Amino acid sequence: MSQTPISLIVNGARVSALVEPRLTLADFLRQNLDLTGVHLGCEHGVCGACTMLLNGDIVRGCCVLAVQAHGGEVTTIEGADGDALTRALQSAFHERNALQCGFCSPAMVLTARALLQENPHPTREEIRDHLSGNYCRCTGYQAIVDAVETVSRQLEGAPA
Amino acid sequence: MSRDGAHLSSLDLPVSYIGRSVARPNALRLLAGRGTYVDDVKASRVLHAAFVRNPYAHAKIVAIDVSRAQAIEGVVCVATAEDLKPFCTPWVGVLSHFAGLRSQPQGPLAEGVSFWQGEPVVAVVATSRHIAEDALSEIDVTFEELEPTVDMDAALAPDATPIHAALGNNIAFERRIDVGAVDAGFADAAVVVERDFSFARHTGVSLEPRSILAEFNPADRQLVIHHSSQAPQMMARIAAKHFGLPEHDVRVICKDVGGSFGVKIHIYPDEMAAIALSIKLGRAVKFVADRLESFVSDIHAREHRVRGRLGLSKDGDIVALEIDDRTGIGPYSMYPRTSAVEANQVMNITGGPYRIANYRARARVAFQNKVPTSQYRAVGHPIACAVTEGLIEAAGRKLGIDPFVLRARNVIPDNAYPTVNAIGLKFEGLSHETCLSKLKALMNYDELRRLQARKRAEGVYLGVGIGVFIEITSPGPEFYGVGGAPISAQDGCSVRLDPGGNVVCHTGTTEQGQGTDTIIAQVVASAVGVSLDRVRVVSGDTQAAPYGGGTWASRGAGIGGEAAYQAGFKLKDGVLRLAGIFLQSDPDKLDIADNSIIDRASREPRIPLSELSRIAHFRQDELPKGVSPDLVATHHYTPRNYPFAFTNGVQGSLVEVDVETGFVKLLKHWVVEDCGTPINPLLIEEQVRGGVVQGLGGALYEECLYDERGQLLNGSLAGYLLPMAGEMPDIEIDHAVTPTREGALGAKGAGEAGVAAAPAAVMNAINDALNPFGAEITTMPMTPERILRALGKIN
Repeated sequence: MSQTPISLIVNGARVSALVEPRLTLADFLRQNLDLTGVHLGCEHGVCGACTMLLNGDIVRGCCVLAVQAHGGEVTTIEGADGDALTRALQSAFHERNALQCGFCSPAMVLTARALLQENPHPTREEIRDHLSGNYCRCTGYQAIVDAVETVSRQLEGAPA
Repeated sequence: MSRDGAHLSSLDLPVSYIGRSVARPNALRLLAGRGTYVDDVKASRVLHAAFVRNPYAHAKIVAIDVSRAQAIEGVVCVATAEDLKPFCTPWVGVLSHFAGLRSQPQGPLAEGVSFWQGEPVVAVVATSRHIAEDALSEIDVTFEELEPTVDMDAALAPDATPIHAALGNNIAFERRIDVGAVDAGFADAAVVVERDFSFARHTGVSLEPRSILAEFNPADRQLVIHHSSQAPQMMARIAAKHFGLPEHDVRVICKDVGGSFGVKIHIYPDEMAAIALSIKLGRAVKFVADRLESFVSDIHAREHRVRGRLGLSKDGDIVALEIDDRTGIGPYSMYPRTSAVEANQVMNITGGPYRIANYRARARVAFQNKVPTSQYRAVGHPIACAVTEGLIEAAGRKLGIDPFVLRARNVIPDNAYPTVNAIGLKFEGLSHETCLSKLKALMNYDELRRLQARKRAEGVYLGVGIGVFIEITSPGPEFYGVGGAPISAQDGCSVRLDPGGNVVCHTGTTEQGQGTDTIIAQVVASAVGVSLDRVRVVSGDTQAAPYGGGTWASRGAGIGGEAAYQAGFKLKDGVLRLAGIFLQSDPDKLDIADNSIIDRASREPRIPLSELSRIAHFRQDELPKGVSPDLVATHHYTPRNYPFAFTNGVQGSLVEVDVETGFVKLLKHWVVEDCGTPINPLLIEEQVRGGVVQGLGGALYEECLYDERGQLLNGSLAGYLLPMAGEMPDIEIDHAVTPTREGALGAKGAGEAGVAAAPAAVMNAINDALNPFGAEITTMPMTPERILRALGKIN
């Protein structure tokens, strides 16, 4: 199959490659760049385990083709864990045991991060609603909601 | 020297991590995206497998033409059943202690006739998964569709055509229980309630799909299998047996496993095909199920129809119980655990919390043309519990007795243990009365009833429901091994002092995220006397770990934990013997605490453990001649006094039912559970909550929908509904603590508890809400459509 040149920024570094047009962004990151923090749970856009940032927005890496990311900027958990909010979420998830098998967790952290950037002080219902695109089959979700709530309270300007 | 729980004092465990909510040391790695699931494992020149799957529920395989596929660049091999026969012997999913259980031989690929939609028929191996899947579309398989047997009752009908002609009919297994005087009991009953319960098929949906990377090295004939599995030792033995290899030449490695729930404990044809192809080709072969093929190849479970009848005296004493259970298990009994265990456990557990002298049960297990079913988390529990608790709820309504009162009247009282019930189940110690009273307080039950009355006046229909459960955990050798399966009831743990004075621990139990590695570390740190950060737990490698059964039936804490505890004490004894020699002291006058050898009486430090270990490893010249330090210890543990460590608890549910739309809003859920000594409450609680959510999924959303031709209609995550964060309630948990005296640790399991009673509690809550309308629902999942039908609003 013919190959198409693409060039994009992944986790802050310029990457150029020749890819088949049918290659998904998630497969490209996993197979070409060994970014195995991107997980594939369904490959049809439902489970959310492949959630990543494309040009600042959270997207499903399984529903975006690598060629569509040409010229764009991609951040995965491997690139996001340098920022304070991601680290705070990882720490809160850890302390609260808001994960079991961990397969959904990198995507869950990125999704929660997007929520807190948009709305630093969500209600529990808003947290539950926002995370509803990310399946967790192990926990009861409650610990995840608790962890996000904890970080929300830590954010500057949190109501007393 | 093993330590008996009765002899432990605070002097033995001055600093204990047992009972402490410590965070899992291995979890940060997963949060950073640095886990290693099977698909993340690198192998050189790895090949990728994909499968042509049977599109029909039942079909004759007339012809297979692979010539075009074989010609595709990058395709290395296309294989049919015939091609894999020289590499893999067939298997049959029966156990000798399930008298009469039958199945038929299975191999990696269907041969001649295929019996379910999704069964693998042809395998392709190529240099990439893309190429392998391209090749699938170039393979011509001529199928001749045969009449499918889909419905379990149709399969059981006397005139049904047998799916396997050799078996004569479609009954895989049948069992009856009849104890006491059931007919006399019903004759004397003041009230008899009878209901038909129906439970839909559902499936585990581990977020990481089933995955295997098999690498056979022809040079030394070693087979290494990276596997997303709960039971690597079992897998190694089965692979050795069916691929004709010496057992020590097979190594199974499970690094991170992305959820399992019982799905990843069975032998699957496609995984066996991947191993066979690796041996045939002498190359690494990877197979990762995609989600669509997971739905038609992972085990399904729970498809049961149960008629239940309960008789009570006018005062509310249970006088007789009878159930008739039918279940459809697909065309084969799964190997090696079989597909009869679920029905068997439904029979055993139904009525289990209660004093019932007269009990009759019958189970019929039917072959049919659907995906094979087998053990999924809390095997049989949610069915048994929903039947029991649904009948009690209905009886309570008829008698006008409050649900808590009726249950408290009938449970086996807390002071009656140990005891054996009418069918011979041995209960060491349960706490139904304590749990009921704790739940009532936790829910603020009386206030909920007042709230319900107020809301009803406003036209809002709240419902309150409870469900009492017993839970099978930590099975002994009577469970599988006795039936001939290579499934070990014992588990082992090796602990070793490294030169830096840290403890490296290998356990036969495995980690899927539930936190086994963490509790093993807590137990070992406590037994040895070191801090938790000095313990490293390694699990999931058959050539590193002592032999053990792995993870199933909530055995990690009760069996793996006990083995680790005793191994820790053995290591401590060895270290103290060495310290005694080096310090010229009686070892009995020394102890280990806070990473140091201390004086037992004064608690004064004598020498850091790291220093003693350095000397033992590098300065043997400082020790007397002939001293051989015992710095590694192993312990294997099997529970032998009780076949299972039964646990118990009770759940409560508060729902709001919209009687116009049939939608159910879960407002709150409560659990009081008793898993014996809690090693890590933080982990137990989220394990219970996760179980509750899986139970609620089955109760409200999850259903494998089949049409009359045996086609799965909703085999994707878009069609099969899983619980999401937005619709799940907060789940409040409290504990009762009845330690087992079987081991020193006192821990029992906690993995099934949440699933066991969540469907019963929410069903009873919904029916409580529907009660003003005289409506009732006993069919799961309780979808809006079914609720509206129960209300008579739609036909």
